[in-house]
Amino acid sequence: MRRIDPRRTFPRRKSVLALLLVGLATLPARAATDRLDTPLTAQPAEPLAGRRVVLDRALSACLLCHTGPFPAPHLHGSIGPDLTDVGARLDPGQLRLRLVSSARLNPETVMPSYYATQGLNRVGNPWREQTILTAQQIEDVVAYLSGLRPR
Amino acid sequence: MIHGGTSHRARRGLADRSPRARLPIAATIALVLAITLPLTVANGQLRSGYDDAGPQTRAMQDDDTANPAFLWVRQGQTQWSTPTGTSQKSCASCHGEAESSMTGVAARYPTYDAAYRRPITLDERIEQCRVLRQGAAAEDSESDSRLSLSAYVGLQSRGMPIRIDVPPTARPHLDAGKAFFNLRQGQLNLSCAQCHDQLAGQRLGGSTIPQGHANGYPEYRLEWQGMGSLYRRLRNCLNGVRAEPLPPESAELGDLIYFLAWRGQGLRVETPAVRP
Ligand code: HEC
Ligand code: HEC
Repeated sequence: MRRIDPRRTFPRRKSVLALLLVGLATLPARAATDRLDTPLTAQPAEPLAGRRVVLDRALSACLLCHTGPFPAPHLHGSIGPDLTDVGARLDPGQLRLRLVSSARLNPETVMPSYYATQGLNRVGNPWREQTILTAQQIEDVVAYLSGLRPR
Repeated sequence: MIHGGTSHRARRGLADRSPRARLPIAATIALVLAITLPLTVANGQLRSGYDDAGPQTRAMQDDDTANPAFLWVRQGQTQWSTPTGTSQKSCASCHGEAESSMTGVAARYPTYDAAYRRPITLDERIEQCRVLRQGAAAEDSESDSRLSLSAYVGLQSRGMPIRIDVPPTARPHLDAGKAFFNLRQGQLNLSCAQCHDQLAGQRLGGSTIPQGHANGYPEYRLEWQGMGSLYRRLRNCLNGVRAEPLPPESAELGDLIYFLAWRGQGLRVETPAVRP
């Protein structure tokens, strides 16, 4: 599902292979970089609030890129993986890292880092020095996505 | 209007098959293409926004009597021969009939202006004529008057392939425009290139992402329910990624528009286009 720039397929394939080999050699180390286990807040997370964040395209933009169990499918994007069963594929720690900074897994990803203010260019005034989502919103979305499993 | 006959025939050929037969064939073709041919602008597989628009939108553009932009074109035609400003000259006083003197002009803009030492857009050139030669008051780029003249002048090149001249002195401007196009920016950290090279053809929300060419401006957007300039379009895209706007007529914007035209060379002028 991941979008691969076709011009980069060959180098990418090689680097995927290399990563796999390195990954096999250093399994525990690799696992540690695939996740963020510590919640960003001490507050309990609310899955329903998380669903509202995901559905609010002006706030989160998730549905500009992803499909999933959401109303009005003709308005959803085709850029990211479908989120229908994402809670079965990824545990909360893995989901948290992907929301906080997908770029840490894939520097070229088009998925925005939802909890970052560093390394950005020309951010518009209303958004400067602000993360896209708050810590609590991230936790709520993690809780919501964790519950998305095959019925 | 901008398809070659072969692509029409190829498309009809696929449509004649049953949907069940069509799917694996289309999937195979897509797979083969994905492996062998990067379908990118860089590779010369140019697609106008017209090709990604729906059939109703295309039909509106194909029929001048259904294209709402022709309200502006007609106003532009009137303005062309109406004396204005302190000079009380009209465009026609200097240029004669637009149908002959303006043919092909939109297909070679932006052009490097040696006096200004930067590329300037057709819209800027028109505004220069109005202010400096006619002695008229400057106007906002989204005013009906500017959009109308731009649309009328642009129409005189409709169907002509875009060809941009890049003299050595202009090269740094082209490079700067390209760098801006490739710069990841805004709170969402996306570059023009990520959407319009890498993701073109994918759906962003309900819209198909076009390759992002500038060959139809000024154009009528259904979303705007009105006419708008390229400046307005670029403002929308920059705002979409939550980036700082580019002031109209800033050097960066000029360089970006120069690069956009250069990148879309070979496409035909569609002014005034209709887009979703
Ligand atoms: C501009 C496009 C874009 C936006 C906006 C976006 N994503 Fe993504 N997302 C992607 C892409 C592309 C991937 C695939 C991984 C990669 O490219 O690194 C992805 C991957 C994911 C994954 C991992 C899925 C898997 O199966 O591995 C999750 C979970 C996810 N996104 C959730 C979200 C949520 C929740 C939001 C909004 C808060 C969001 N995304 C916004 C493009 C986007
Ligand atoms: C997140 C994705 C995204 C980014 C980033 C983006 N655009 Fe766009 N752009 C779009 C979409 C989607 C449309 C079409 C909107 C529609 O049809 O309703 C579009 C339309 C355009 C068009 C009009 C094409 C036509 O046929 O009328 C131009 C030109 C353009 N973009 C240039 C740019 C430039 C230059 C940048 C960077 C400064 C940029 N875009 C950044 C998504 C994007």
